[in-house]
Amino acid sequence: MKAKKENPGIKTKEVKPPKTTDDMWVLRLYVAGQTPKAITAFTNLKRICEEQLNGKYSIEVIDLMEDPQLAAEFQIVALPTLIRKLPVPVRKIIGDLSDTERVLIGLDLLAVN
Amino acid sequence: MKKTEKKLLSNKLLKSPTGIQGFDEITDGGLPAGRPTLVCGGAGCGKTLFGMEFLVRGATQFNEPGVFMSFEETNVELIKNVASLGFDLDNLAKHKKIILEHVRVERSEIEETGEYNLEGLFIRLNYAIDLIGAKRVVLDTIESLFSGLPNQLILRAELRRLFHWLKEKGVTAIITGERGDETLTRQGLEEYVSDCVIMLDHRVTEQNSTRRLRVVKYRGSIHGTNEYPFLIDENGFSILPVTSLGLQHIVSNERVSSGIPALDKMLEGKGFFRGSTVLISGTTGVGKTSIAAHFAEAACKRGERVLYFCFEESPKQLMRNMLSIGINLETWVQKGLLQFQATRPTFYGLEMHLAATHKAVNDFKPQIVILDPINTFVIGDKDFEVKTMLMRIVDYLKSNLITAMFTSLTSTDGRTANNENGISSLIDTWISLRDIELSGERNRGMYIIKSRGMAHSNQIREFMLTNRGVELRDVYVGASGVLTGSARIAQKAIENAEVLTRTHDIERKKREIERKRKALEAQIISLYANFDSEEAEAKKMIETEQDSIKRLEQDKIEMAESRKDVNEIIKTNNKPKKHKIDES
Repeated sequence: MKAKKENPGIKTKEVKPPKTTDDMWVLRLYVAGQTPKAITAFTNLKRICEEQLNGKYSIEVIDLMEDPQLAAEFQIVALPTLIRKLPVPVRKIIGDLSDTERVLIGLDLLAVN
Repeated sequence: MKKTEKKLLSNKLLKSPTGIQGFDEITDGGLPAGRPTLVCGGAGCGKTLFGMEFLVRGATQFNEPGVFMSFEETNVELIKNVASLGFDLDNLAKHKKIILEHVRVERSEIEETGEYNLEGLFIRLNYAIDLIGAKRVVLDTIESLFSGLPNQLILRAELRRLFHWLKEKGVTAIITGERGDETLTRQGLEEYVSDCVIMLDHRVTEQNSTRRLRVVKYRGSIHGTNEYPFLIDENGFSILPVTSLGLQHIVSNERVSSGIPALDKMLEGKGFFRGSTVLISGTTGVGKTSIAAHFAEAACKRGERVLYFCFEESPKQLMRNMLSIGINLETWVQKGLLQFQATRPTFYGLEMHLAATHKAVNDFKPQIVILDPINTFVIGDKDFEVKTMLMRIVDYLKSNLITAMFTSLTSTDGRTANNENGISSLIDTWISLRDIELSGERNRGMYIIKSRGMAHSNQIREFMLTNRGVELRDVYVGASGVLTGSARIAQKAIENAEVLTRTHDIERKKREIERKRKALEAQIISLYANFDSEEAEAKKMIETEQDSIKRLEQDKIEMAESRKDVNEIIKTNNKPKKHKIDES
């Protein structure tokens, strides 16, 4: 398992430079209102992205209180949920993102470190 | 007084009718309105379908839109699955009557990173409910969240919140749950949903499966507590509330003909009571089905509808066989007055048979139902169950004033069969057919064991199958016992001969007496003649005697005269002589 995890990591490291131009990370954070949990999640996400992705990312925050119809698209059940739309495959991370290590695993970023 | 009554009424638990056949009867009106209900049961027992029918009926019959939130099947799968039950979900969804919401939670795709809640689920549900103004919600099966989300503590807290929220939202909800080992549901959902719990069951006994439904609890309402068998077929659920039936049937004084004039004659000349239960019992090949066919044909001729359950023969075979005794049932089938329901008794369990019977009767609405034969249900030692099942059928048919005819196969020793003893108390008219074996022949005999409410004949009749149907003959009952068939004919011949010789005897006696009378008369005549001649002779003699007496007297006088005056006498004697001379 560990070897497998490392491989894509190495790959990204190698592949990343040529792809930098269009290899944007598109992230989407689903929340429901300005709850403490939502704010914590957003702060955590911002921090991790800054640390890991050198500005090659975009974060879209979707408040389901305002657009509930958007919940079905990515099968949102738990909140907050973070969706990695790009790069594919789509990844889904739930919770307030306070466990950084698990967030990195979820985003396939752990091997970068 | 009135005020309190009104208050009571308004306080009474509101119910949301399900529209599911029979269910609203058991629960006195349906599910508790605005509250969640737990429907639990093992795999494949119909939980999803129950929920789906609740929604579809709600949308189509009660104008209550619904949301179906599926945690297992996708929308496409659902639409396909319930299409076989005649539900057009696609169309209902288009008309905003039903929303299908598929929720998929895949553990492998999810990374848990701290605190979260299930607000997303709430939002989706809320959105769907508000979109069409749903009054009904089904969550099928919410337990699959437990395998999708690792944190059970959060999940349980959120579920509790969800059910509370549903109540506040005022929707009538069904939550389905997989049955657990010791608990009603695997994840103990009954902890959260406790207003109404319905258990579905799918039991297999002796290779036959039976679906059953039980209302485990229902807060604030009376409900039937029994296990009710139910069916799932092309029209959805149908639950059989039979155990709730009592002995409150209406009765009719109308009579229905058995289709056999001679049998009617044995039943006061009128036949059976309408709405009564008739049992035809007999050994194999004795003609039970033929009698049933007669009964069916007669009913069809009157324009009544007949539902014929055959458990041994296929309808085609039965119709062909009945042609041989001159009964053409096919025409009635074509006219839609006669319907056959052919199933092997082993095809499903007793309860399912019961439910199937109930449903078929409900659909076809016949005046007459024939079950041919009933005792094939008895496989193994299930007498009691068969009896309760038949009791339910009888009760149900009676309450609908349907005349029922059952046939029953008995062992060769006739009445002692257990099965018959078991159900005889349910039967109003019991006709027994039996073999009479005599002088190398097997013949059929028929008699009425009982017939409630009428003065029926106590005679044994010989029962014959001819190409014009069933015919009944008087059997010979004499000193030498009951004779049937050729023995009866032989006995009749002997009797006829005897009668003939007797009549000859009588004739001879008559002739003899006539002759004697004639002889006597002749004798009398000759005696009369003799007497007459004797009488005439006697008369003559008497006359001559009298003459001679007179003459004697005369002579005496003359003698006396002559003695006194002889001369005078001479004178007088001479005088006429003189005269004579003078004259001359």
